[in-house]
Amino acid sequence: MREITLSQAVNEALAEEMRRDPSVFILGEDVAEAGTPFKVLSGLVEEFGTDRVVDTPISEPGFVGMAVGAAMTGARPVVDLMFGDFIYLVMDQLCNQAAKQHYMSGGKLTVPMVLRTNLGATRRSAAQHSQSLQALVAHIPGLKVALPSSAYEAKGLMKTAIRDNNPVVIFEDKLMYQDKAPVPEEEYLIPFGEANVKREGRDITLIATSSMVQVAEKAAEMLASEGIDAEVIDPRTIVPLDEATLLDSVKKTSRAIVIDEGHQSYGVTAEIASRLNEKAFYHLDAPVLRMGAMDVPVPFSPALEDLTVPTPEAVVENARKLCAGEMIHAA
Amino acid sequence: MAKAKTNTEDYLRMYRQMVRIRTFEDNANQLYLSAKMPGLTHMYSGEEAVAVGICEALTDDDRITSTHRGHGHCVAKGAEFKEMFCELLGKAEGYCRGKGGSMHIADQSHGNLGANAIVGGSMGIATGSALRAKLMGKDDVTVCFFGDGATAQGLMYEVMNMAALWNLPVIYACENNGYSEYTKTEEIAAGSITARAEAFGIEAHTVDGQDVLAVNELTQKLVARARKGEGPFFMELMTYRYHGHHVGDINREYYRSKDEEKDWKDNRDPIIRFRAFLVSEGIATEEEIEAMNAEIEKNATEAVAYAEQAPYPPANEVDMHVYAD
Repeated sequence: MREITLSQAVNEALAEEMRRDPSVFILGEDVAEAGTPFKVLSGLVEEFGTDRVVDTPISEPGFVGMAVGAAMTGARPVVDLMFGDFIYLVMDQLCNQAAKQHYMSGGKLTVPMVLRTNLGATRRSAAQHSQSLQALVAHIPGLKVALPSSAYEAKGLMKTAIRDNNPVVIFEDKLMYQDKAPVPEEEYLIPFGEANVKREGRDITLIATSSMVQVAEKAAEMLASEGIDAEVIDPRTIVPLDEATLLDSVKKTSRAIVIDEGHQSYGVTAEIASRLNEKAFYHLDAPVLRMGAMDVPVPFSPALEDLTVPTPEAVVENARKLCAGEMIHAA
Repeated sequence: MAKAKTNTEDYLRMYRQMVRIRTFEDNANQLYLSAKMPGLTHMYSGEEAVAVGICEALTDDDRITSTHRGHGHCVAKGAEFKEMFCELLGKAEGYCRGKGGSMHIADQSHGNLGANAIVGGSMGIATGSALRAKLMGKDDVTVCFFGDGATAQGLMYEVMNMAALWNLPVIYACENNGYSEYTKTEEIAAGSITARAEAFGIEAHTVDGQDVLAVNELTQKLVARARKGEGPFFMELMTYRYHGHHVGDINREYYRSKDEEKDWKDNRDPIIRFRAFLVSEGIATEEEIEAMNAEIEKNATEAVAYAEQAPYPPANEVDMHVYAD
């Protein structure tokens, strides 16, 4: 199978959906000729014109609000939010407006829009361009949240998001745009709420999102050399969450670590760990561990920044302890 | 009074719609005072000529976005009393199945995209609706209702900028009732409100919001031009709210006098003025108007009684409509 980058995969998904459905359009800062700072959208304006690849001023609340209104009246906007950190700027439009319209109207209004943005530290971009804020939006009923872990997922999830009748937030890891993966030439969609078991194992389950899937896979390889057989699962969407697949795995392995690049406290890892504790408690041989980003603003200095995110080595160390029973009575 | 429509039926419908709004609000206020309505609500009484003058210039394909003070817009855009009172009482037959209430009432079948409980919160939605119309080649126009208080929100300036850049078919209708909640507008708004729109190159008008024909005449012209791609436009409608910020805002002399309220009610009431015009022009007799008023009052009383008896939504609807299929 051919291999393409995550960036190309997103671009293909958008182009295919825009060809299929004339109501799909892109709105955001520097999306047209510039193709975004990450060049993910390069070439789209040439095919679809500036009517459907719309460059906006630097007015995030304004253009996200406009996407909500366009979606409520029959279009399917894909909003490009240049950095995930800018979600703070659009919280009212996303969480008070987009997320609630369907419910507040008793099911009469719908908001079929996609907000595509990014996450991920270690790009040396400091505290306001490095955050992974998926937990913020996953907390809000009415929003769906997808976290592609490779080019394959990025394409299939984007196509599903565009066809979904709800507001969907997709976070791409900004460090993965040039990562290649096998992506079929023929059309495919990845349904929301279906986790992907990336690697089967018997001893411990590593549940990881976005680029943390790579971290978990590396950890699993290292653990294998020590005789620990780790299972790696990518939920692919955290709202909706495929609880059944995660529970089945944990019931089999009796141990789990949840890895996500958002801050650890009150985060995605906490939510998933809590569900496993509530629903698989009697199958567990050890506490479910959370591994998120440190609870600090992302520092600029590489020497400090690299300390803030989960690494394969840290996952291996925790997995080793869990499997040895060392953390059962941990403080 | 300015003359916009020469059709008697149109005049009478505008009068009827204004009285329907006033009557709806009087009944809603009574429901609150008698503790029959959950929560609280914001009365539109006094501002009827704004909603009616504007909405009478629109079709069902044209969209509006409304505000926390939204009952008037909802009625003027074509909503029925029964479903509205049901919504205010949280009943299953309400426009939003009781899930929205007064501050989120929406009636998309008539193009009302909904009231919004965030001040200025719907300005993006209205402008986005207009962007959709332009991108998809439709000729509908969107009117964005908001109060003078919302002119302090930054979102307004972001979306007006884009609407002007792209000539979007949106009309920003600023209902200037003189008060931003419990504060005089002059204390929260520097300079001129229309000048802010003009700074973006948007044609702005100030109009007497108590004169339904003046509002209607101006809106008709602007809507026709917006349909041709000459938008956006901005209207500042000078009006007055008879009640407090919400129904519970009773003692309000610390921010405005009773004399001021009396002056607006006695001398500038949009319904009294239009009624006098209809009679003096021979469009309707006093008797015909009284009969119309009585019929509307009867409709409202029946709708309230219906809503009071109507069932609440069943418990299984609590987690319904979080996500669309």
